[in-house]
Amino acid sequence: MIPAAFDYHRPGTLDEAVKLLANYGDQAKVLSGGMSLLPMLKIRLASFAHLVDIGRVPGLDYIKEDGGFLKIGAMTRQAALERSDLIRSKYPILADAVPLIADPLVRNRGTLGGNVANGDPGNDQPAIMLALGASFVARGPKGERSIAANQFYKGLYSTALAPNEILTEVRIPAPPPKSGGAYAKLKRKTGDFAVAAAAVQLTLNASGAVERCGIALTNAGLTPVEAADAAKFLTGKKPDDKAIAEAAKLAAAKSSPSADRRGSVEYKKEMARVLTARALKKALERAGGGR
Amino acid sequence: MAKHKISVTINGAVREAEVESRLLLVHLIREVFRMTGTHVGCDTSHCGACTVVLDGNPVKSCTVLAVQADGSKITTVEGLEQGGKLHPVQEGFTEKHGLQCGFCTPGMLMTTSALLERNKNPSEQEIREAISGNLCRCTGYVNIVKAVQYAAEKMR
Repeated sequence: MIPAAFDYHRPGTLDEAVKLLANYGDQAKVLSGGMSLLPMLKIRLASFAHLVDIGRVPGLDYIKEDGGFLKIGAMTRQAALERSDLIRSKYPILADAVPLIADPLVRNRGTLGGNVANGDPGNDQPAIMLALGASFVARGPKGERSIAANQFYKGLYSTALAPNEILTEVRIPAPPPKSGGAYAKLKRKTGDFAVAAAAVQLTLNASGAVERCGIALTNAGLTPVEAADAAKFLTGKKPDDKAIAEAAKLAAAKSSPSADRRGSVEYKKEMARVLTARALKKALERAGGGR
Repeated sequence: MAKHKISVTINGAVREAEVESRLLLVHLIREVFRMTGTHVGCDTSHCGACTVVLDGNPVKSCTVLAVQADGSKITTVEGLEQGGKLHPVQEGFTEKHGLQCGFCTPGMLMTTSALLERNKNPSEQEIREAISGNLCRCTGYVNIVKAVQYAAEKMR
């Protein structure tokens, strides 16, 4: 399958890339790893007159802790996240998720920036960023701005990113002591999107009660779904099995999946409940909640 | 639509081409360079028959633009054999019957040769994970795993 014709641009700097986007407006699309965009162009679900490839723009490929944040450059490949000791030791929610994204060959090309900026509710990292309370740094003609993940997703493939902006960095608040995160995903096979998946990131206080909690669901609606009710329910509580079960129910109630080959609406909602409970248990265990 | 002049190093040889933006890497390899060892299977980034090694990493060449590979080093299945001597993974697939119809084999060879560059002693689980983006409809993977283990031993 061949994409419809387009012009290809390979800017050498971020400023050049932003200028190209400013020139071509919504006729242009940013190409990072291409693992979502190229298949969409090939099946002609989308077409753009111009692709702006940021693959050679320097300074967009890094994983570092800085000023209380984990900062990840938009062009960081999934394979680099998978091999990062920092991610493995301190961000188990990402360490859980990355090996479950697509397949190893796709992860050699696919980037974190592309995964979160694409606006596909089947992508795993948007829900994870909601649970982590992350924000996205966008660069446009007027400079840089930061967009909270929970303000970013507007609809199916629709985000707060303007056509002349490039997502350059994902910024995750470094978790305080007694934090734990987990991602639980059900998929039919390698390479498939999730039937359902749940992302949980929480922090306990000195007495073991939940101080902060983020819960979000993948493939549970047109956008990643933040289960704020469930997180609020747990906050201030020392979560026992009953509280976990109740929170999982509240999270599942927030999901509005559609029926497809991966299952019926009822099945997917039930899986969202089960996976939320699993992710909560794992996150609590990792936070040192003794569970 | 402007054409782009690109240059790649493929199996050690520098090759140049003038390509349309939308030309896929797999078509550059097969149709422009006339190296047909790399197969097109599903053409949707699932099956891995088109796997080549791009700057050290195995990737699905049906989902990379030829222009994206400009300046890169590419190894295809034609580049595995050195001086008339099969690469250990090729020998392993032969010795352990790692193929039947052979359609997935070029992709399997590229993925597993790259795995062994990174990991000299992969466990069965690691081999299975590494080839999880390469589909084989004949072997059931058992002999492919054995072939990679054979090659790993040979390379140590």
